[in-house]
Amino acid sequence: MSAAPPGLNEVLQRTFSFPKRHFLSVLDLNEVEVANLLDLADGFVSLNRQTSKKLDLLKGRTLMNLFFENSTRTQSSFELAGKRLGADVVNMSPRQSSISKGETLIDTAVTLNAMQPDLLVVRHGSSGAASLLSQKVTCSVINAGDGQHEHPTQALLDALSMRRAFGRIAGLRVAICGDIAHSRVARSNVSLLQMLGAEVRLVGPPTLLPPQAERWGAAIHHDMRQGIAGCDVVMMLRLQLERMDGVMAPSQREYFRFFGLDREKLACAAPGVRVMHPGPMNRGVEIDSDVADDLAVSLIQDQVEMGVAARMAVLTSLAARLENDR
Amino acid sequence: MSRPLAVTNVRLVDPASGYDGPGAVLIVEGVIADVARGQGLGSLSKDVEVMDGAGGLLLPGLVDIRVKTGEPGFETKETLKSAARAAAAGGVTTIVVQPDTHPVVDEPSVVDFILRRARDIELVKVLPAGAATKGCEGQRMAEIGLMAEAGCVYVTDADKPIVDSKVFRRVLAYAKAFGVLVAHRPADPWLSAGAAASEGEFASRMGLPSMPAAAEKIMLERDLALVELTGARLLVDQVTTATALEALKRGRDRGLPVVASTSINHLSFNEIDIGDYRTFCKLDPPLRSEDDRQAVIEAVASGLIQVIVSAHAPAPPEDKRLPYDEAAPGAVGLETLLPALLAFHHEGRIPLIDLIRTVTSAPADLLGLPSGRLAKGAPADLVLCNPNTPVVIDADKLTSKSKNSPFDGRRLQGKVLMTVADGRVVYRA
Repeated sequence: MSAAPPGLNEVLQRTFSFPKRHFLSVLDLNEVEVANLLDLADGFVSLNRQTSKKLDLLKGRTLMNLFFENSTRTQSSFELAGKRLGADVVNMSPRQSSISKGETLIDTAVTLNAMQPDLLVVRHGSSGAASLLSQKVTCSVINAGDGQHEHPTQALLDALSMRRAFGRIAGLRVAICGDIAHSRVARSNVSLLQMLGAEVRLVGPPTLLPPQAERWGAAIHHDMRQGIAGCDVVMMLRLQLERMDGVMAPSQREYFRFFGLDREKLACAAPGVRVMHPGPMNRGVEIDSDVADDLAVSLIQDQVEMGVAARMAVLTSLAARLENDR
Repeated sequence: MSRPLAVTNVRLVDPASGYDGPGAVLIVEGVIADVARGQGLGSLSKDVEVMDGAGGLLLPGLVDIRVKTGEPGFETKETLKSAARAAAAGGVTTIVVQPDTHPVVDEPSVVDFILRRARDIELVKVLPAGAATKGCEGQRMAEIGLMAEAGCVYVTDADKPIVDSKVFRRVLAYAKAFGVLVAHRPADPWLSAGAAASEGEFASRMGLPSMPAAAEKIMLERDLALVELTGARLLVDQVTTATALEALKRGRDRGLPVVASTSINHLSFNEIDIGDYRTFCKLDPPLRSEDDRQAVIEAVASGLIQVIVSAHAPAPPEDKRLPYDEAAPGAVGLETLLPALLAFHHEGRIPLIDLIRTVTSAPADLLGLPSGRLAKGAPADLVLCNPNTPVVIDADKLTSKSKNSPFDGRRLQGKVLMTVADGRVVYRA
């Protein structure tokens, strides 16, 4: 076991309670809880940059990754987060295993729950799936993406990246651009950023904006240049290629022309603008490589690094509430 | 045959005659032999069993023209017998079962099967609706004439809209020649494809695939145009949105022979009741906005919507305990129909007699049934209830084989005390 860096020790000694069994939605959180999670995550960033990265905060605990949708990035991020905190981590991919043959989601979860995991990280293609599971199991459930609903740890890591880059979130102008209609990342981010006092704009063609998005409290723009004008952060979203073939947008090239982020459009944003993307990127479709790879502008790599730290903060906070012996 | 039965000391509400007042009813040989208004029944012979209704409400037995069971084909959901028991417990004495079973009710032998089963069950009246097209697939006409002859009371493809306008035109024209009513679900198939909720702020925040209210209006407008073209009668199966109601009103104002129904669920719940992805509130059509719900209540009050259905659609846990967009739509409703309906009376929104009309004489008249009224010579289908008794709906205690009730936990007023079908007491609380 390694020593926690001084910053982290300070946060860990702070008594703050995280009165939740599950981590399902940004809407379950309040500002104080988010600030504490971000402080904690900040400390874990320093830990993760040490040679020896391992703590024993989750020693003896079992973390189960249950990913009904494939995701290398999020799954390995949770896996590393769990391992660095000393938990035993098991990855389940029900798609590829026999566990889900003809079995419902709940049966699968109840089966896994009987193996006594402490933390169950779930990704599923249906909105509300994580919430449904949380009602049927005894362990803590962490939503790693449910359909088009929420991806709360992504919003947390995005907030962490922004706070580290700008020193604050309140007052930032953030444009979220692209396929907002189908994006859980956008939903979680809108809620969290608004809670933290940022001004959020949604930018995309009408076909990719959710119905009544104007009631989300964010300004809607169909013109990319206007939408990102004066923005401190431009957050691009992934657009699935099959939605671009005349379905939601006429073609890839038309989409890139009007809604892809390139240098020229980015020039409309505020000086010092930072670009974010939850990944994986479609280069040349929603984002130009020139922008994505410019480390002076892009926070995309930071986001991945912050992902591990943010998830460590969530796991630590939840584990502190777990019963010691059932 | 059992002894004649007199139910005395009750408040009669008979929408067919417009009577709402004290009275008594005499039942002989399965038929209403006498209805006394105001005064008693006079001197009764000694073999008459007299039941003191203790001031309760005596209504015609309810006629629910949109009920699904699982029989034939999906008996784990509900059988004709379990549905008939649930109906009896809910004061419903006539149910019209939908044709989308397995096999589909698209030819006379299946109509006959259901009628035989119903006769053997000997509880409430079970009448089949036939499919409008073979297999409810919307392509080729089913044997509408033969099914009508065998006893089907209307034709419909149930939840599935008949997309091809040419096919639907032919169904309307053909059914008209046989005097058969056609019911049709107004839903644009493309706008509603894959939808689990109504388009709007709620679904948008919840990340649920949704359909706009316009999906209902578009198909309704087409149907009205085809009614105008063919002159056939149409039952619009469950109008649930304000925008479609406007279209319906225009059609009815033009004198088109169109009658509309709505479901008790769309009168009682709105999209927010879905809450944290409560699949018991996943319905087809989906629950709508509060504005839509209010418009539907208003339409019932104004008579624009004449028929209320339970839209009873049993779904076992394996179909409901799933993520929201994978869960089966539908809710059981036979046992909760009456108390849920009475809520609008208690709220003072709709006069009692008008409410009761939507589930008795209106649907009976629509289908040409002799029941649904407290009249001499009518079938002795009655329900005695106390409209004021508070009840807490407990889904687990429902008679229905499936327990998927969105009313679970709801506090309502109104309790069925006794249900009589064809002179037989089929339920007693």
